[in-house]
Amino acid sequence: MADNIQVVLDAKGITKKFPGVLANDNVNFDLRKGEIHALLGENGAGKTTLMNVLYGLYKADAGEVLVDGKPMVLHSPKDAIYHGVGMVHQHFMLIPVFTVTENIMLGAETDHRARPNEAALVKLDRKEVAQKVRDLSHQYGLDIDPEAIVGDLPVGVQQRVEIVKALYRNANILILDEPTAVLTPQEAEDLSHIMHELTEKGVSIIFITHKLKEVLAVADRITVMRAGRVMGTTTPGETNEAKLASMMVGREVILTVQKKPAKPAEEVLQVNDLHVRDVRGLESVRGVSFSVRAGEVLGIAGVQGNGQTELAEALTGLRSIESGQFILNGQDLTGKSPRVITATGLAHIPEDRQRHGLVLSYSVADNMALCDYYQPRFSKGVVIQQKQVDANAQKLIKEYDVRTPSAFVNAGKLSGGNQQKVIVARELSRPVKLVIASQPTRGLDVGSIEYIHKEIIVMRDRGVGVLLISAELDEILSLSDRIAVMYRGQIVATVDRKDATREQLGLWMAGVHETA
Amino acid sequence: MDWKRFGFIFLIIVVLFGVVVIIGRATTPPVVIITSMLATTIAVATPLTLGALSGTFCERSGVVNIGIEGMMLSAAFFGWLAAIYMFHIFHFGIGFSIFMGVIFAVLTGMLMGLLLAVLSITFKVDQIIGGTVINILAVGLTGFLNRQLFFGKGSVFGGNVPNSPGVLPTIHIPIEEIFLPICKGAASCVQFVDSINKVFDQKPIAISAILLVFVSHYVLFNTRWGLRTRAVGEHPKAADTVGINVIRMRYANVLIGGMLAGLAGAYFTIESVPSFEPLLTNGRGFISLAAMIFGNWTPIGAWTAALVFGASNALNIKLQLFRDVIPAQWAFLQQSYVVGLVPYILTMIILTGIIGRTTPPAADGQPYEK
Repeated sequence: MADNIQVVLDAKGITKKFPGVLANDNVNFDLRKGEIHALLGENGAGKTTLMNVLYGLYKADAGEVLVDGKPMVLHSPKDAIYHGVGMVHQHFMLIPVFTVTENIMLGAETDHRARPNEAALVKLDRKEVAQKVRDLSHQYGLDIDPEAIVGDLPVGVQQRVEIVKALYRNANILILDEPTAVLTPQEAEDLSHIMHELTEKGVSIIFITHKLKEVLAVADRITVMRAGRVMGTTTPGETNEAKLASMMVGREVILTVQKKPAKPAEEVLQVNDLHVRDVRGLESVRGVSFSVRAGEVLGIAGVQGNGQTELAEALTGLRSIESGQFILNGQDLTGKSPRVITATGLAHIPEDRQRHGLVLSYSVADNMALCDYYQPRFSKGVVIQQKQVDANAQKLIKEYDVRTPSAFVNAGKLSGGNQQKVIVARELSRPVKLVIASQPTRGLDVGSIEYIHKEIIVMRDRGVGVLLISAELDEILSLSDRIAVMYRGQIVATVDRKDATREQLGLWMAGVHETA
Repeated sequence: MDWKRFGFIFLIIVVLFGVVVIIGRATTPPVVIITSMLATTIAVATPLTLGALSGTFCERSGVVNIGIEGMMLSAAFFGWLAAIYMFHIFHFGIGFSIFMGVIFAVLTGMLMGLLLAVLSITFKVDQIIGGTVINILAVGLTGFLNRQLFFGKGSVFGGNVPNSPGVLPTIHIPIEEIFLPICKGAASCVQFVDSINKVFDQKPIAISAILLVFVSHYVLFNTRWGLRTRAVGEHPKAADTVGINVIRMRYANVLIGGMLAGLAGAYFTIESVPSFEPLLTNGRGFISLAAMIFGNWTPIGAWTAALVFGASNALNIKLQLFRDVIPAQWAFLQQSYVVGLVPYILTMIILTGIIGRTTPPAADGQPYEK
């Protein structure tokens, strides 16, 4: 590749302003033929904005985009498609009720280079397109069934449909926006094979991500963005995780959590023989017993879907308990309401921050008072004292470094990391005895992950018990003092952190037991 | 449409027809009853069919249209008015006046569709509110103009409602001519062919409604227009990313929906009876919506559901004819307001989802914002 460098796409001086934000500030970015060029940056760094400009979804305020050396006029995605630029969005742009074929042909029904304004009543030739899809899927090793309904397909396969959709439009430049965020590790592995297959066939790929490991594994070149600017371009050979992280965040980032040895005290949570059913009525927590002591982090490791979600919901009062009991701070709270449990001293950082952690259409200030708005600090009788609510929010925003234009914007407008900080601020600023943190850093960027990990350790050192539920083994290993492994609704092993090895935990998570 | 649904529809139609046959066979042979009831069913299902098609086009593109009732009502009025003006004021011939009535009805529906489109697509008004605005506007506007033009002091027609030029003629489909020779003069055969012909001798809007059902079904599911319309109603952002103009697709489909509702309006005052009275649509626009939902937002499904409602209207009409032979123990069937409840009760049963739930387009009712 190095001997014949051909630039297929060149973005020069792209500037894009949104009200109050300079999302792209004079950004230069180029893509060479047949390379995987990773665009790395934290959430809100301007990566997606840049790609939406390249794809014609946004109009840049300044700058130009050259394709094969010629300027590209971009009014809408169809111009980008016409110039051979294809994009796989983070949230797939597929219609679940359509078949694979229909999704692929949409917008390019009779012509592979979308020209949408000719004869509207043209008959759809599904057979011909399905054949073309089969050909493409053989050619690039992307296994998909053209007749399948997209909504029935696993996420990894839907992503392949998106890639074929771009290839069907003769894309030779492919933008993949956070493609691994929704994939299982196995699917992510498959994707990297697919990417290499594509580049060998002459496709050039822009790979957007905030995951450092992936970038180093698959990219040919890496460009790092921060706060709307390009911080530099490098190659995996010249850099490492720590260097990339500091480029992304703008300061030294401590990738390993620094902590003192735990000083566990009395038990704050006891769980005895807990049984819980899931949404479908199947028993998904089957006789779980454990305890968490003040001043320690108990990590619950396990592959997603082994009952961790239901366990957390049961302990927070969101799901009814079939049998067994749990005792928090000396009180039996089995079957009590979430409000009683919360008031007894439980902080909950839920798995799905947008659905269960926040009311997205409420302001940041109101969200920060959700747990105890009814208590005297915020209410006189039935009237909420908005002044106190706002004052509380101002204080917490400063204390927990929430980046928000004000306390009065809707929580839904914040980035994922800042949304999580709002939850953390609300939950951890109360006098609590136990923190249940479910997947607390899922989908967050490096800076936010670092921050949240630090807060969890701060809570531990303040003598609070922490129950950490995570599918990320790295997270479990770096935060926990003791580790329990959940498999098929049961705790199959509990070990001290110092006795735990990654390999052994992995085997337990897969349900393999040592034969003693 | 699954078989459970078709089965339900078939069952209801059999029951409704059965009741009439059992009562009426004292005076009339069953074949005659069934065929004439079929003919009535098809005729009275016409506005429901067209209304349901209107809803299908709008909602498939992602715009909820509860204004069908108002679109029909205003189209019925302005179509009728146009026919009268053409005939009495401009002195055009009867045929041309009636034809222009239909055209104006369709245009009125289209204008109402445009209003809904501007409100809900451009200004992103809540679509239920937008539809309600149309319904209220139609009631007020037609009532007011009806009074002002025909009854008020110094009104155009000075207190006399002029005769409308009439209604559309029945189109004879020559089934009899083709199949009679097969009978070779056998009396029962002649009677049978004759009755069959009665089913298909319908007026132009009724016939075009049936044709439009199949045309719409083909357009929605087998053409590029349909694929894009459905895409815009399911996931507008996805459609946008492949270069489809979401706003334009929605506008076009809502206008088509308005025109179909307009044609349904023309049925009332230009095809069925040559007169207008306030509120004459009487909830049929809403029943159309029920038919659309029961038909799972597909034209053919909606049509079969509309036929059920048509059949229950036909029941009401036929029972009036057989009023005198209704047995004493079924005396309640003599009350037309009892029988008149049947379509509304059916609507409720259908919408409870006992017969299985249907799924609306995913982005139905949501304005599109980039």
